[in-house]
Amino acid sequence: MNLADGEWHRLHPATPLLRGGLYLVAIIGIVVANLRERLVEWFLPGVICPPGEIGCDDDPVGQLIDSGYLVIGLLIALGVLLLLIALFYVSWRMHTFRVTAEVVEVKSGVLFRTHRKARLDRIQGVSVSRPLFARLFGAAKLDVEVAGQDANVQLSYLGTSASDLLRADILRLASGSRAASGSQPAGGGAASGSLVERRVSELLAPELHPDVAPPESVVRMPVGRLIGSTLLSGSLVWLLVLIAVVVTVVTLSLTVSSEMVWILFTVVPITFGFGSYLVNRVIKFLRYSIAATPDGVRIGYGLFSTRNDTLPPGRIHSVAVSQNLAWRPADWWTVRVNRASRTTNSSGDGQAQQQSTVVLPVGTRDDVFRVLELLLPELLGAGGGDLRALLEHGLTGKGGDDEFTTSPRRAAVLRWFSWRRNGFALFPGVALLRRGAIWRELAIVPTPRIQSVAVEQGPLERSLRLAGVHLHTVAGPISPRIGALSTDDAQALFRDAASAAVAAAGTDRSHRWRSGEK
Amino acid sequence: MTLREPQGSAAIDPVPGDWQRVSPKYLVVDLLGLLFSAVIFVGGATLPFVFTGEPLLLILPAGMLLIHVLIAAFTPRRVRALGYRLRDDDLVFRKGIMFLRVVAVPYGRMQLVDINRGPIARAFGLSELKLVTAAAASHITIPGLPEADAETLRDRLVELAESRRAGL
Repeated sequence: MNLADGEWHRLHPATPLLRGGLYLVAIIGIVVANLRERLVEWFLPGVICPPGEIGCDDDPVGQLIDSGYLVIGLLIALGVLLLLIALFYVSWRMHTFRVTAEVVEVKSGVLFRTHRKARLDRIQGVSVSRPLFARLFGAAKLDVEVAGQDANVQLSYLGTSASDLLRADILRLASGSRAASGSQPAGGGAASGSLVERRVSELLAPELHPDVAPPESVVRMPVGRLIGSTLLSGSLVWLLVLIAVVVTVVTLSLTVSSEMVWILFTVVPITFGFGSYLVNRVIKFLRYSIAATPDGVRIGYGLFSTRNDTLPPGRIHSVAVSQNLAWRPADWWTVRVNRASRTTNSSGDGQAQQQSTVVLPVGTRDDVFRVLELLLPELLGAGGGDLRALLEHGLTGKGGDDEFTTSPRRAAVLRWFSWRRNGFALFPGVALLRRGAIWRELAIVPTPRIQSVAVEQGPLERSLRLAGVHLHTVAGPISPRIGALSTDDAQALFRDAASAAVAAAGTDRSHRWRSGEK
Repeated sequence: MTLREPQGSAAIDPVPGDWQRVSPKYLVVDLLGLLFSAVIFVGGATLPFVFTGEPLLLILPAGMLLIHVLIAAFTPRRVRALGYRLRDDDLVFRKGIMFLRVVAVPYGRMQLVDINRGPIARAFGLSELKLVTAAAASHITIPGLPEADAETLRDRLVELAESRRAGL
């Protein structure tokens, strides 16, 4: 079945169950916990309530039986259940979507109707996520990400293979490619076998649909590196500092009185918190993969609940490669991006936002370049040698003798350690901002994505004849800003970046990235 | 007409030349707004003294008054420092004397142009023009434009943005 044929379609029939899934499980759990003794009594009479003992039937069910209202009670429960099922059914019937050549539309709601429409050429990405509970049912959630706060068009839930196909179709339509819809994969083999076998094979299948994307990832994520990088991240340092402070305080106060020992226990929950953060991160990124597809970069992760994002070309508004001091001996880096679609996570999957901005949680320098090649294919593809050398200097350069224009000596007042390194370089198509000597960071801003440019100067900077430049991109974890440049350099950067942004915006065609083909 | 240069040659001025200035009447609007704020804040800061009668607490309203007088003293220069210019491909806006800021917004990047009129500004026939791009950091507010100017400027900007429309 082709879901992108412009007709209205319904979602996976198990949608209400999956959406309310957790609550349902919770309610059943509460009921079972409360009726535990009664259940035991039903199956093993006499174990808990020996015959003749009084006060055993004091729970609501017992009272119902005693008062003779059992039938009415059961009828009410049945009625509520039927009503709920009817409501779920109606809401499922009313929840429809369609994908045309121009827009994705979703209609939902029974009493309060919502009708959300997204233009395909404004799509910022398509992600397919499969929470553990939904995976058991072979269902997946498809998010069509559109620029703006919480502007996503969400199709939850669809069948796993249907969602993979629909993603491919949406991306094909959005790309402006005039190729015919030939994306129906020959997936007939997987459909045979019993229901259970299919579920198991889906559960174990690689996250990237074998027919829709080349599954080989360009980066391998060893478990040891994931654990090591988390341990060596800043949070562990803070944890150790905190423990050291607490222990010192306690040992000092012990000389005064021995009642201060309880303070030691405040460390326990914090340590547990850190432990769960560590485990969460490792589980989340354990099956990390990143691969190029014709319609953009595909990033997959997650062990139990899996998710994979597709970022079409031209949707990455800036990239930052950073490294803290502890990661330096191992030459580990992390890559983050700014994207135009954002989600405030009031709904469900808590850290989706944080994750969708992390492109490479941790990787060696080679990995970083492989990832950058995917993120900036038009710049780092064939013949990108110059930029590669420039990026190399941007990551590890100490400053002074490379292509970067750096802060003057007098900026050492404001940039104690990093004034030699703090600098920028403009390359056709991209602006590079290099910052930090201890926490190294390189911000890469593609010039077609620059929204505006500002040059700024505070009183302290003025007295030192310094100024800063801010390249405005869509909001995100990266703020491409470089301070403490000499006024001349800053103004030159402002002028060059402003004209480069105008020129690049005029020639950029990535919103319909494959419209030139065929 | 040219702007008087902020003091010192160390100040940034990336695009030297003539700037469009905001209406001189905006100075009065700004000062009146400041007066309102002064009445509210100084009044509020006096309340502890009124309730307790402790003369030492008069420091609070005095401090508030001092702050407002200082801001008012710099207001004429601050208003004079506001300027904008329509270049071929972008709008450049500058502001500030202590904290200087010059922003260039390409026309194709403008997502929306707003005209706002506050009650005081309306009495003086002035409007405020607001430009929004996809980046939250770049939003620009040009205050103190005569109403007719603001409307022609808005129409011109919308027209320019339409002719150079780019993706995000």
